[in-house]
Amino acid sequence: MYDFLPFLKELLSAPGLAGFETPVSEIIKKEWQPLVDEINISRVGSLHGFRRGNSSDPRPSILLATHMDAIGLMVTGIHKGFLRFTDVGGVDPRVLPGQQVWVHATGPKANPPGPLPGWVVQPSAALLPEEFGNNVIPIENLFIDIGLAPDQVQKYVHIGDIVSFAQDPLELNGETISGHSLDNRAAVTALTVCLNELQALKHAWDIWAVATVKEEEGLVGAYTSAFQIRPSLAVVVDTTWAKGPGSDDWNTFPLAKGPTLMWGPNIHPNLHKAFKELAEKLEIPHSVEITGRSSGTDAFATQVVAEGIPTMAIGIPLRNMHTPVEVVSLKDIRRTGRLLTEFVMSLSKDFMSKISLESKNG
Amino acid sequence: MAKTFSLNKKQINLLEKLSQAMAISGNEGEVRSIVLEEIRPYIKDYQVDSLGNLLVTKTGSSKNRLKVMLAAHMDEAGFMIAADDGDGIFRFEISGGIDLRQLPGKSVLVGKEHIPGVIGARPIHLTTSSDRQNKIPLNNLRIDIGPGANTIKPGDQAVFATTFQHVGPSLIGKALDDRLGIAVLINLIKNSPPNIDLQAAFTVQEETGLRGARVAAFTFKPDLAFVVDSTPAKDLPAWDESENLTYNTRLGAGPAIYTADGSTLSDPRLIRLLVQTAEKARIPYQLRQPGGGGTDAGAIHKQAGGIPSVSVSIPGRYAHTPVGLARVSDFLHTIDLLKATLLSIHPEILAQERS
Repeated sequence: MYDFLPFLKELLSAPGLAGFETPVSEIIKKEWQPLVDEINISRVGSLHGFRRGNSSDPRPSILLATHMDAIGLMVTGIHKGFLRFTDVGGVDPRVLPGQQVWVHATGPKANPPGPLPGWVVQPSAALLPEEFGNNVIPIENLFIDIGLAPDQVQKYVHIGDIVSFAQDPLELNGETISGHSLDNRAAVTALTVCLNELQALKHAWDIWAVATVKEEEGLVGAYTSAFQIRPSLAVVVDTTWAKGPGSDDWNTFPLAKGPTLMWGPNIHPNLHKAFKELAEKLEIPHSVEITGRSSGTDAFATQVVAEGIPTMAIGIPLRNMHTPVEVVSLKDIRRTGRLLTEFVMSLSKDFMSKISLESKNG
Repeated sequence: MAKTFSLNKKQINLLEKLSQAMAISGNEGEVRSIVLEEIRPYIKDYQVDSLGNLLVTKTGSSKNRLKVMLAAHMDEAGFMIAADDGDGIFRFEISGGIDLRQLPGKSVLVGKEHIPGVIGARPIHLTTSSDRQNKIPLNNLRIDIGPGANTIKPGDQAVFATTFQHVGPSLIGKALDDRLGIAVLINLIKNSPPNIDLQAAFTVQEETGLRGARVAAFTFKPDLAFVVDSTPAKDLPAWDESENLTYNTRLGAGPAIYTADGSTLSDPRLIRLLVQTAEKARIPYQLRQPGGGGTDAGAIHKQAGGIPSVSVSIPGRYAHTPVGLARVSDFLHTIDLLKATLLSIHPEILAQERS
């Protein structure tokens, strides 16, 4: 059985902010290369891996999409040796003070040896507007301290430099793991589990395994990869909100109890049904996640590409989403990978006619 | 070209070990073991008292020696597990002073075995903009170590899981307050001067009310005392570009000599001795702005019949957060200043006029 933990930890140790995915893309490419027939990079930077099916031409194809970009921060100013910054992709300012980061400095006058370590710091009350008092300090009033003298900071750092979280991955109890960017590298890993399992198997359909860019800022990779590939159908894997401290809402799902199968206008109803029946048959634990309008994933874009693509979305429950201490269950990653494999293997050449909304199954 | 200050590998390793050790007030054993291992070849004897203070005397060789106490505290602010919510989720209390706003989104280490856990936060997607303007109360925060069986129980302690780093001119880590002071004291024991009896106290429970120092000073009954701590450097720019009038201390400006804080008016003879020694030896120093806060001196100077005391601190930014930041130069200059000062101590010093 494929031990995906080293790969996942490598992914969690790499930056890869929305728009700056190259470091993580290179790690995925290295892992996928031996598992696919072809691999290439789209015009906007998404990674496309292709495995040929064994049925006769013209073969239908499935797009398995996971976004590889992550949330983070970006430098907006340099002030007396301290960096001002904003967020990329949505970060609650309440998780920022005391956070360790990497500043990917591209400054004009110097060439630092790799990213610079930095720390998000909260100035003392006397240095802030009185009305903040003892309450939350807005992101505009926080700084990043990189521990260097002001003249060095000025030399190295540039406005617009990206800042990634530096929290090391942490293995927790009960086969869970914590780290930054588990949204959505947990799903990238599940897809990689699937590609590994497919090595020993013959599948009728062509498979496009895709790691998309800029999900967190405009679903850019989802629109463009689906358009370039024009698959017969698409399955998007992302993370979803897990139940846990501070989160026990109706739309949160138990950790380590299997993936969610999303349901709503964003999902092709018969594709959902096929997944549901398969998960039940295989006794893969799962929940049904109701998404009223958008699934909040790449699927929202994929569904409306070109003449429309039947789309399914799967969620891996994750605690503390968009913080540097996201938590997922390794079992849920493996279950999601297996569900993808089994679904791919269940695809007969005439599957598309079975899910047609015109048929009596609809 | 500015002078650069560097530490050797041994010094860095020691600071790393000290910073990453877990020693919440009342349970300072991890730091005590590190100190003992380090100083054992340099001492004849030591004592661990009923509170856990580690007390070491290095007797000098010249005649008419004063007994000089040096104190640095081993404990740090952290967390204590308060209740088990089940499935690897625990309520906790803060031990010592930590700003609540530093907690969400951090990893921690829990208990003797340093079991990793996280303090999470509700996903931003499920918050409103008004939620995000209000800090998360302690009652809504949990330490999550992952589901399944575990050995953690109420009363176990926890600290931020911060890896110590040496970056350029800076030292970064948790608990630099006061592990830098501990490292200074270790250095002074290794290089103890002949003209005094050096009474080193590695104290407990400073963060919960200077409690270890109080009994250590009674046991030693020194003639005078120096406390080595780390004091906040609040030397960041003000939001409105106004002059920062309450910086307390500044990084890189040398050891901070205390004149007055929330609990002590330093002995003027000792302030003078430190300043004159620094001037003579051309060691950079700064006078900490008088104000609040306090060190073990607050307990020591009132002990028994009174003990002339002064504090010398390594300035540090962001104390009591996951990441403290200090300068290597300030750390080394603190050692230099105290070494030179101890060497210049003579019995007549206490006969001088106070002011």
